Amino acid sequence: MTDLEKFNDKIANNIKIEPKDWMPDDYRKHLQRQMSQHAHSEIIGMQPEGNWVLRAPTMRAKVILLAKIQDEAGHGLYLYSAAETLGKSRDTYIEELQTGKAKYSSIFNYPTLSWADMGAVGWLVDGAAIVNQVSLQRTSYGPYARSMVRICKEESFHQRQGYEIIATLAKGTPKQKEMAQDALNRFWWPSIMMFGPHDADSYRSSNAMEWKIKLESNDALRQSFIDKTVPQAELLGLTIPDPDLKWNEERGSYDFGEINWEEFWNVVKGNGPCNKQRIKHHVKAHENGKWVREAANAYAKKQKEIKKAS
Amino acid sequence: MDNQGEIWEVFIQSKPGLAHKHVGNLHAMGEEMALQNARDLYTRRKEGTCIWVVRHADIFSSNPEDSGSFFDPSDDKIYRQATHYVMPEGAKHI
Ligand SMILES: [Fe+2]
Ligand SMILES: [Fe+2]
Repeated sequence: MTDLEKFNDKIANNIKIEPKDWMPDDYRKHLQRQMSQHAHSEIIGMQPEGNWVLRAPTMRAKVILLAKIQDEAGHGLYLYSAAETLGKSRDTYIEELQTGKAKYSSIFNYPTLSWADMGAVGWLVDGAAIVNQVSLQRTSYGPYARSMVRICKEESFHQRQGYEIIATLAKGTPKQKEMAQDALNRFWWPSIMMFGPHDADSYRSSNAMEWKIKLESNDALRQSFIDKTVPQAELLGLTIPDPDLKWNEERGSYDFGEINWEEFWNVVKGNGPCNKQRIKHHVKAHENGKWVREAANAYAKKQKEIKKAS
Repeated sequence: MDNQGEIWEVFIQSKPGLAHKHVGNLHAMGEEMALQNARDLYTRRKEGTCIWVVRHADIFSSNPEDSGSFFDPSDDKIYRQATHYVMPEGAKHI
């Protein structure tokens, strides 16, 4: 058997590919792109939430938000570690993010304008991420699959804390309910865009499905998210901002309206409300941390010398 | 003379997809010998598809006696658990 035949055989039999296994170049490249994009999303995703740490309405809300953001940092680190097993260094991945060569999820280029947005982000953005990540637990690349299992275990608290915020507001004063509805209005469409273009228009998903990097199509995942989420909105008396949304008895799913793909591609291309701000802030934080890294290196070097001398 | 070599900790991946798991250690002179010895000692019945050997001296461990204070930062953060949140009556899939 050739290397390629062996590889295809493993994929066909659902045997995971591990870092030392031979793999086609395009498989490796696809994973490097997808996994680093995933890692970058976790890291950049801390910014819209970080915006509210100092303005959280209660101490409880503040420690919860901090704990959630801390988890996202952890998710980024798990994913960078897994992506590094593909033979590319973390420095390179970060450079690609900062120079715009690598992307991250477009959802994080939208601003978080009110406290209700912390609810909408946890409920909808983490909710959509969970649907995607649960599916990726079975991805064909071992290190990616293992990091997804770890991440999924931690995600459920994220969505629940978000829904709790939204539910509290929805049951509050008319003004508070309005805040919840407004956040839903702004985050609904960007959230369902998180699953990417329709299958028919998705030039990338074809090989990824063949290689079992992706196990379910963009449209299938999106539908599953919508079907789970609509009743959660209804339960709180909130309205999904889509006049075409209605239950389809035959399909056992919700039909929904046309997605504004022009907006989607515009944000992907860098013209969303916060793209520039997000990267600028990342670069700044990276540069501000330089002296810490230098000091840590100097300290480690010194400790080594002391150990050697003794 | 050194009759034993160094101690190596052995980690085995029992099949692709699973994490490497610590199974024990052995003595060997050098990493190649450690790997071969690990194969002979720990995988005589095809227990694995991949082996890692790590010099015992290179493992830097926390001290279980201090685990109380060491893990203290996560002790009182019950809000990191999903069960901490009360979902409205009737909420599903969350
Ligand atoms: Fe995450
Ligand atoms: Fe999350």
